Amino acid sequence: MVDLEKAKIVVSRFKDIEGGLLECLHAIQHSFGYIPKETLDIMADGFNISRAEVHGVVSYYHDFKTKQSGRKTVRVCQAEACQAMGSRTLTDHIKKKLKLDLGETDEKGDYSLEAVYCFGNCSLSPNVEVDGKLHARVSSDDFDTLISTGAE
Amino acid sequence: MALIKEIDYGTPEKKSENTVELTIDGKTAYVPEGTSIMRAAREIDAEIPSLCATDCMNEYGSCRLCLVEIDGVRGTPASCTTPVAQHMNVKTTSDRLTKIRRGIMELYISDHPDEDGPLHDMAELVGLKENRYGKEGHNHLKTIIDDSNPYFSFDASKCILCARCVRACEEVQGTFALTVDGRGFDSKISAGSDQSFLASDCVSCGACVQACPTDSLFEKRTAEIGKPDHSVVTTCAYCGVGCGFKAELKEGEVVRMMPWKDGQANHGHSCVKGRFAWDYAIHKDRILSPMIRDNITDPWKKVGWDEAIEVAAQRLMDIQRKHGIKSIGGITSSRCTNEEVFVVQKLIRAAFQNNNVDTCARVCHSPTGYGLRETLGTSAGTQTFDSVMDADVLVVIGANPTDAHPVFASQMKRRLREGAKLIVIDPRKTGLVKSPHIQADYHLPLLPGTNVAMINAIAHVVMTEGLMDQKYIDERCDTEAFKQWHDFIVDPVNSPQSVEKYTGVSADDIRAAARLYATGGNAAIYYGLGVTEHSQGSTMVIGMANLAMATGNIGFSGTGVNPLRGQNNVQGSCDMGSFPHELPGYRPVSDDVVRGSFEREWGVSIDETPGYRIPGMFDAAVEGKYKAMYIQGEDVAQSDPNTHHVEAALGALDCLIVQDLFLNETARFAHVFFPGTSFLEKDGTFTNAERRISRVRPVMDAVTGMDEWEISCRLGRAMGYDMAYNSASEIMDEIARLTPTFTNVSFDLLDQKGSVQWPCNEKAPEGTPIMHIDGFVRGKGNFIITEYVPTTERTTRKFPLILTTGRILSQYNVGAQTRRTKNNIWHDKDVLDIHPHDAETRGIVAGDMVMIQSRMGETVLEARITERMQPGVVYTTFHMPESGANIITTENSDWATECPEYKVTAVQVRPTNHKSEWQEEFEKFSISTRHIAE
Repeated sequence: MVDLEKAKIVVSRFKDIEGGLLECLHAIQHSFGYIPKETLDIMADGFNISRAEVHGVVSYYHDFKTKQSGRKTVRVCQAEACQAMGSRTLTDHIKKKLKLDLGETDEKGDYSLEAVYCFGNCSLSPNVEVDGKLHARVSSDDFDTLISTGAE
Repeated sequence: MALIKEIDYGTPEKKSENTVELTIDGKTAYVPEGTSIMRAAREIDAEIPSLCATDCMNEYGSCRLCLVEIDGVRGTPASCTTPVAQHMNVKTTSDRLTKIRRGIMELYISDHPDEDGPLHDMAELVGLKENRYGKEGHNHLKTIIDDSNPYFSFDASKCILCARCVRACEEVQGTFALTVDGRGFDSKISAGSDQSFLASDCVSCGACVQACPTDSLFEKRTAEIGKPDHSVVTTCAYCGVGCGFKAELKEGEVVRMMPWKDGQANHGHSCVKGRFAWDYAIHKDRILSPMIRDNITDPWKKVGWDEAIEVAAQRLMDIQRKHGIKSIGGITSSRCTNEEVFVVQKLIRAAFQNNNVDTCARVCHSPTGYGLRETLGTSAGTQTFDSVMDADVLVVIGANPTDAHPVFASQMKRRLREGAKLIVIDPRKTGLVKSPHIQADYHLPLLPGTNVAMINAIAHVVMTEGLMDQKYIDERCDTEAFKQWHDFIVDPVNSPQSVEKYTGVSADDIRAAARLYATGGNAAIYYGLGVTEHSQGSTMVIGMANLAMATGNIGFSGTGVNPLRGQNNVQGSCDMGSFPHELPGYRPVSDDVVRGSFEREWGVSIDETPGYRIPGMFDAAVEGKYKAMYIQGEDVAQSDPNTHHVEAALGALDCLIVQDLFLNETARFAHVFFPGTSFLEKDGTFTNAERRISRVRPVMDAVTGMDEWEISCRLGRAMGYDMAYNSASEIMDEIARLTPTFTNVSFDLLDQKGSVQWPCNEKAPEGTPIMHIDGFVRGKGNFIITEYVPTTERTTRKFPLILTTGRILSQYNVGAQTRRTKNNIWHDKDVLDIHPHDAETRGIVAGDMVMIQSRMGETVLEARITERMQPGVVYTTFHMPESGANIITTENSDWATECPEYKVTAVQVRPTNHKSEWQEEFEKFSISTRHIAE
């Protein structure tokens, strides 16, 4: 069950700020780990816009999740500079290691794997982000260490 | 008439005092400053291809087809988003432009390779001959069609993401039900949060379907029948907005109803009823043959017109011989044309020789007629609809326009989104109180029955705080009447604190709303049946007129006192003299001069004493003094209050003649049935809430073989009075001859101008959009004292809740039409709305069957728990006959006009597991009285 009261409190913090919807969506995602469908109407009501409008914003930004993510989120850069430095091989390795395809979450809810197109850290390619922390010049071995030690 | 193709200028019309001169393809154009190049070009017939632009919404600039070249400007700007400039020189065609357009078009086509539809017409227009990309690769051809809406489908594979549908839903309709989902190649149009159209907030107004340039959104019926080949411009027969429509036909069969851009009430917009729910007109339930029977339990016998009319006339004359001239009468219909109504009241006055004529306005807006005439001098609203675009403060009292007058509600919402302020005075949290991008500045949720206390308190604040417009009052109003009213209104009994105990609304809110109304600029009052259907309905109308006069809010654009009329021709049926005391044009039947003019024209003498009103007819029938009725298109057995009494009255008649499309509830008690014509068969005029007279043109031949006015004329002739016309326009000519406010009206004028607003005479040859401009019609504005007298219908321990009634968007009134359309998908039964608190204390959960009891009767409905209600007030609609909403309503009525007090009934509500006795009986009786012998 989604705690709608919690969502209402979050919405009340942002609803009177001009353009507050984006901030509110971040806060909802922070609270719930994703943007539960049940919270759309609360946001629509709070900002006095339509459910469709909220959905339009949520679906536009890849960073807004509409499903519960894994406990850890791994994001691998797929953009040109990282590709030139071997991110394709790294991505294949990570897929095998986590037994996940890009955009998937495992059944136990341990990991989510996502593609990213540039972290803005091209000079230190390839880049991987684990739970919000960026790691540069990551090799397959580095990744295994990252995961096994929980060094993130 | 061939198929009407309206010109799409691409971007909206701009208003400016400055004119800009520019050259487009060597031709000179003069347009108001701010106009787009696209519009300027299309106004001088220069063709610019485009997909995302349409003139009912703001420029968007996404399709990139409308590029032009401008001297001295780099690149190729989009003509839709580039405003004109003085002496600009524009080229709309060149090799460079053609190349770019073809390139862009080819990209569109690469995603839509199937060669049909309007997109390919556009491709042809820009000269694209082939699609080099083929059908391989990524495209959207395999998307699933959304078929959920009963009237239209959405096929995303044809969509080019121009967002015209999204913008139409936002800018034109104001519902915001659509959005663009996702981004890039994955983006698609989504209803709600990726829901089906039916499950979303979509109200099925049709604006998106009309806006779609690629037929992604398309009407199912058009897909079935095929493209229409000709159009007939006519007027919608649902609510009092009176939208203009183009009926589009293929080989004589109606394909669709398209809102007419030149319709002055709707400007090309529509709602689900007018746009889609018209096919009741071709429903199998329609009765096509006249029928007679001796007793109401006998089966109906189909007969020819001659026999039916002869039988009806004989019975009426027999009854008059036996029971006197005044023992018969009739009711005119606000659903019929002015011409049909005029002829029925003429029949009653000239052939029946009495004044026993009334109309269904009796039960809706009769207090409007009374109140506005007594104060301002005219029994009609003061403004034209477009005046709302100049209003700074909108006050909506006892009206729910988003459901009952949807097209005007869209216009109101547009003005509100532009920044106008909004005050809603209504017991319920209606759609206008809060909806996307609309929020009332003040919602005063008063208890039903306390309108007058509320309006007095508002006026009290205005007068005691010096917020009135004294100059206006001195110049335009009766100063003696004003003085008396002033002394009354400033009395502390009318202060916000004093009335708090009646209205339940805080004094602070009342004060704030009053200040906003008086000082916020142009203030316009819009009201509905929540004002009129009360024991003090007329008093409230007067109270609003007093307030508007005191603040100088009548006689200008953006102001006024505006009734939102419920039915298509309720204004017209009142104008046409459907009252027992008034001849056409609201002139007393007791006035010798007025009567004389009709007597000379009609060649008869007219009774000078007023006849029965509808409630009087029922009372007299129960008493046995009133024996026969001719009811034109009105279902009194369902619509009028206190059903038990109405049924007793109808059951007591010796002869009831019903003229209708269907065997309605009233027809269960009838002895003669004349099949009527639908608006698609009628030739005549309707008059809407803004006094606008619009033409209703026959789209198909009368399926009954007889125009309704002809039925009335033949009945008159069979009774010995010679009345005959060759056409409906002859009837209008007679109306114009006899009615000073209609002197200039003729079908010729209407055909030429599209529509006119009365008064339309030598003083105002082209009609009068806004009334009382240079002073009030009655001379000086008349302030009348409006003392608050609480209704006798009060809550008690036995009946602790107040029931109020209203309408919903998808159904219309008694539902005779809309119940016979696919609109039932949205509303197939009436439910009782109840606040969670009231439900909980009674052990009611959502979906429970509940018994609603008043002192008049009881009925059973399903409960819906909602916070739109305030505690202590319950609400239902009355669209379904088996709901029996009017079993519970009482005999109370407005003191001046006998308009029933539908809006206040003290009730108790409790869970139940069976239907009411009346409902059980209703089902049996309903079948046994509707049998037709083959």
